[in-house]
Amino acid sequence: MGTTQNILGLVFASVHEESLVELTKNRTLGAVPFGGRYRLIDFPISNYVNSGISQVGVLTNHNYGSLLDHIGSGREWDLARKKGGLHLLPPYSSSVVSQLRGKLDALANIRSFVEHAAADYVVLSDCDVVTNIDFRQVVKEHIASGADITAVYAKNDYDEATSKSAVIYDIDDAGFVTDVMINPPMKGKCNQGLNMYVMGKEFLLNVVKKCISRNRFSLRKDVLQDTAANYKIKGYEHKTFFVKIESTASYFAANLALLDTEKRNALFQPNAPILTKTKDNAPVHFGLESEIKNSLIADGCIIEGKVENCVLFRGVKIGKGSVVRDSIITQSGVIGERCSLRNVITDKNVAIADERVLTGSAGFPAYFVKGAEI
Amino acid sequence: MNTKKEVVAMLLAGGQGSRLYALTHDMAKPAVPFGGKYRLIDFPLSNCTNSGIDTVGVLTQYQPLVLNDYIGNGEPWDLDRMNGGVHVLPPYESNSGASWYEGTANAIYQNISFIERYDPEYVVVLGGDHIYKMDYSKMVDYHKQQNADLTIAVLDVPRSEATRMGIMICDDEMRVTDFVEKPAEPKSTLASMGIYVFTWEKLKKYLIENENANTGSKDFGKDIIPAMLRDGERLYAYTFEGYWKDVGTLGSLWDANMDLLAPSEQLNLYDKSWRIYSRHSNFPPQYIGTKAEIQNSMITEGSVVDGKVDFSVIFGGVTIEEGATVQYSVVMPGTVIKAGAVVEYAIVGENCVIEKNAHIGRSPEEYSDANREEWGIAVTGHNITVSEGKEVPPQKILAESI
Repeated sequence: MGTTQNILGLVFASVHEESLVELTKNRTLGAVPFGGRYRLIDFPISNYVNSGISQVGVLTNHNYGSLLDHIGSGREWDLARKKGGLHLLPPYSSSVVSQLRGKLDALANIRSFVEHAAADYVVLSDCDVVTNIDFRQVVKEHIASGADITAVYAKNDYDEATSKSAVIYDIDDAGFVTDVMINPPMKGKCNQGLNMYVMGKEFLLNVVKKCISRNRFSLRKDVLQDTAANYKIKGYEHKTFFVKIESTASYFAANLALLDTEKRNALFQPNAPILTKTKDNAPVHFGLESEIKNSLIADGCIIEGKVENCVLFRGVKIGKGSVVRDSIITQSGVIGERCSLRNVITDKNVAIADERVLTGSAGFPAYFVKGAEI
Repeated sequence: MNTKKEVVAMLLAGGQGSRLYALTHDMAKPAVPFGGKYRLIDFPLSNCTNSGIDTVGVLTQYQPLVLNDYIGNGEPWDLDRMNGGVHVLPPYESNSGASWYEGTANAIYQNISFIERYDPEYVVVLGGDHIYKMDYSKMVDYHKQQNADLTIAVLDVPRSEATRMGIMICDDEMRVTDFVEKPAEPKSTLASMGIYVFTWEKLKKYLIENENANTGSKDFGKDIIPAMLRDGERLYAYTFEGYWKDVGTLGSLWDANMDLLAPSEQLNLYDKSWRIYSRHSNFPPQYIGTKAEIQNSMITEGSVVDGKVDFSVIFGGVTIEEGATVQYSVVMPGTVIKAGAVVEYAIVGENCVIEKNAHIGRSPEEYSDANREEWGIAVTGHNITVSEGKEVPPQKILAESI
């Protein structure tokens, strides 16, 4: 596709962390494990790669050790390139402010990277939305519409009470955005923003310069909501499966949503695969007394017990006589013998001794920190 | 410009593997899938990289397409190197004409210039159809200690098996005094594993002599080893202890897969210090459905299982529908087993479709002692459809759709 040769893909790997306080304690949002063998950043990067975008910048500002380890040279996404490829963009150490004050601040920081990219268009994504989207179509419609900005949204159930950072759009019959609201007091079906945008590169650079000169740092408040500037914003409706992670409970539900075959098939498409770092784990070994129902299981697991409605990440061990239900056991979790777990999230390398009983609820899953021994 | 390497490995991967019949119809034997997510060649390649050998020549000849694709730049085995790395070496045409590899020794002879580029002290010669984990660097150390010209890895086998293998007769110091191929009355139980460490200078001399003698076989076992023994060169046996399996036949391929499920776990694939690497397919995690019943099996990424699976090895991207039964079987990548189908004591190749209520293989329990001879595993080749209700009986090797 010739049209995607001139697109730069940017990923904000470190925003929305307030929604997943526990899982982002030791890692930035993009490095949060998801779906058995992935990390959240795999989804935006794979979407870019599958859309033919081969120059990708990853913006991060703290706790990016795990992220760095995960993406490496970008080889797993075929982004270890001489032309373009993957660039990790941490803040400059000379930066006066240690904490970035908003996306525009972060973009100002990488100004020269954007300037030097051989691109006419820039696509922006965050790591809080898990979906499979073809940006070729979004960019095509962006160009055809003549808009300054195209914002990707989905018709979704919205509830002010459970949302922390929702952007809701009013959209006219021609598909243009007429109003932009942040966490409005509403409930029901809304046009909810998915934090994905397409803009012309020059437009983006100008907007960033203009805003920074006025001490304005928020993309949503100072660009999308700047009615005085009168930007032309087009809406692009994303119609297939997605999950937006806004809390530990929604992270929990989003993982378990993958047990639905239709949703799983919408996310994991053979022609647009989600790529991730490989770990060379052996296949899953199911023992003599194992009993598995309705679960998603990554390689390297050894299962001797009973597992139902779970997502098991790479290298998990479930001992004999244990029963694990409605739970998410992330990488290298070890559950002993005769344990009982329900509505639990265990972070990486959690070890649970024999005969422990751990229970949370669907709304408030019990969370166990990285490396905990119980 | 290549810098010197102390050790270069040469992997003989050109064999047709005719005793694997339908499974090697369109791929070389080392490319045959094994153990859920591997191909046979993953074992020697991973052993090389885990042993610190970073320069490997893979000699291909028969149906190399799948194998070439699979090896690629060697990245999955960490063998994509600036200096060294994995090199696929097919036969080639030169001034003196084009020639196929005529035998194992001739294949190495034709690649003397490849080896010389690295100016090695030692050359490790490996086969591509054995399942085992072995630290070749320890064998090279042993070779040096013995001041040997050739070291041959041997396995102490039961006397009954010795009659089917190449047997080394050694003195008390493990120096090889004689070598007999498939002896009727074995004088020793030390069987060659087809793994050799040569001092390169010596190997080169014997390869050239063998080529000039034009024996017709140009084979390590038939020509090189006997010639070195005859000349009184220093040949030593290196005893290997651990799991090793030749998977040259359909029966042994099935056995080796079943061995992975044995509780004793003779071959530990979960050992992080000696991983077996393989090329990835980017499959999502496997999904086990609400109707599934799974016991004592290995299943890998990309598979969707809603049927009954017992004592089986299921590869990536396999679908086993609700109401299907798979037991004591090996199901290779991309195959679909539909509702009501039964697969037992069988190997099903890649990308097959086993339609509803088809029946592949039979349990040996259905056979009395009198007709036990008629039992054996059933096999379907790759890309085969078995139509609704059709049967593939034991011992049948299905090469075309029915």
